[in-house]
Amino acid sequence: MAKVLVVTSGKGGVGKTTTTAALGAALAQGGKSVVVVDFDVGLRNLDLVMGAERRVVFDLINVVQGVAKLPQALIRDKRLENLWLLPASQTRDKDALTDEGVGRVIADLSARFDYILCDSPAGIERGATLAMRYADEAVIVTNPEVSSVRDSDRIIGMLDSKTVKAERGERVKKHILITRYDPARAARGEMLTIDDILEILATPLLGIIPESQDVLKASNVGSPVTLNNADSAPARAYVDASRRLMGEEIAMVVPVERKGFMDRLLGRRAA
Amino acid sequence: MSMRLLRLFGGRDTSAPVARERLQILLAHERGLLGQPDLLVTLREEILAVVSKHVTLDPDKVIVRLERGKSVSTLEVDIEVPNDFEKSKRSERRMAG
Repeated sequence: MAKVLVVTSGKGGVGKTTTTAALGAALAQGGKSVVVVDFDVGLRNLDLVMGAERRVVFDLINVVQGVAKLPQALIRDKRLENLWLLPASQTRDKDALTDEGVGRVIADLSARFDYILCDSPAGIERGATLAMRYADEAVIVTNPEVSSVRDSDRIIGMLDSKTVKAERGERVKKHILITRYDPARAARGEMLTIDDILEILATPLLGIIPESQDVLKASNVGSPVTLNNADSAPARAYVDASRRLMGEEIAMVVPVERKGFMDRLLGRRAA
Repeated sequence: MSMRLLRLFGGRDTSAPVARERLQILLAHERGLLGQPDLLVTLREEILAVVSKHVTLDPDKVIVRLERGKSVSTLEVDIEVPNDFEKSKRSERRMAG
């Protein structure tokens, strides 16, 4: 039986797809068999961030509607043999997804993988509610910024009421993942601190991903940041977060960029 | 001017505590009863109905405002009552009688 994780946020542009790709790859590197599922029907992007955009033939909706069998739609990662992608449809409408259909696909995937990572679309509509519907755990991606924190709070409320687990009287295990964090700005009082966010959302922390140029570099070339530059600060932070998901106890530190000698000499900013 | 001086001499431009406080107040309301989207509309309609039983009112002159505070919120109800309402009521009665 797989563990079903939803990567969600309410707000758009906070790093859900980046996080799904990076955590998926990190879990696969940790020896787990992983499938990342794109629920953003009509605006798929997980294929692009994973570098599999030219290999998409069938998608989630084809499988939900029975047009394609699950093994035909799954795309194996070129770098990690135990990492797979189930892409979203680019042309269909999000209404093509049904609760029962998604439930069937999740059950099928559950028999084949250790982890199912569902990349939620932004918003609180059908796509987002279906992405979280069958989740055992949720990674709530939050930026240290007022609108993102507010939307995360809203999503936490939905995880506690609209999921199958919640309807059975159980709880979806929730984790906050703070992305685009700048420790220097937080120290200067220009950015909400980790403690501020955790106190307001009253939810445990999974990890802190520092603001970094490596995230954009990785998506430019279609590679999860953990694979593209494993030594970079965000990659190390994502690997730590993936190990916490697998149950390891790891001290919470904000990884910093390792500056080269020339960078130091020229006073260049690395982040 | 004084703000600029404060910033120059030691006072740092720290906006994060403001963000934190605004969020705490907002979310406390969004999570609770006061977060109901139509609360003010419902209150306004029901207050208007009660007062209208006794006084003739212009519905546009009934204003309901909610100011959200950290520990208490204030509900402000502003009803403009025409000064000659008694007279008009009395004259209505006289005419009716």
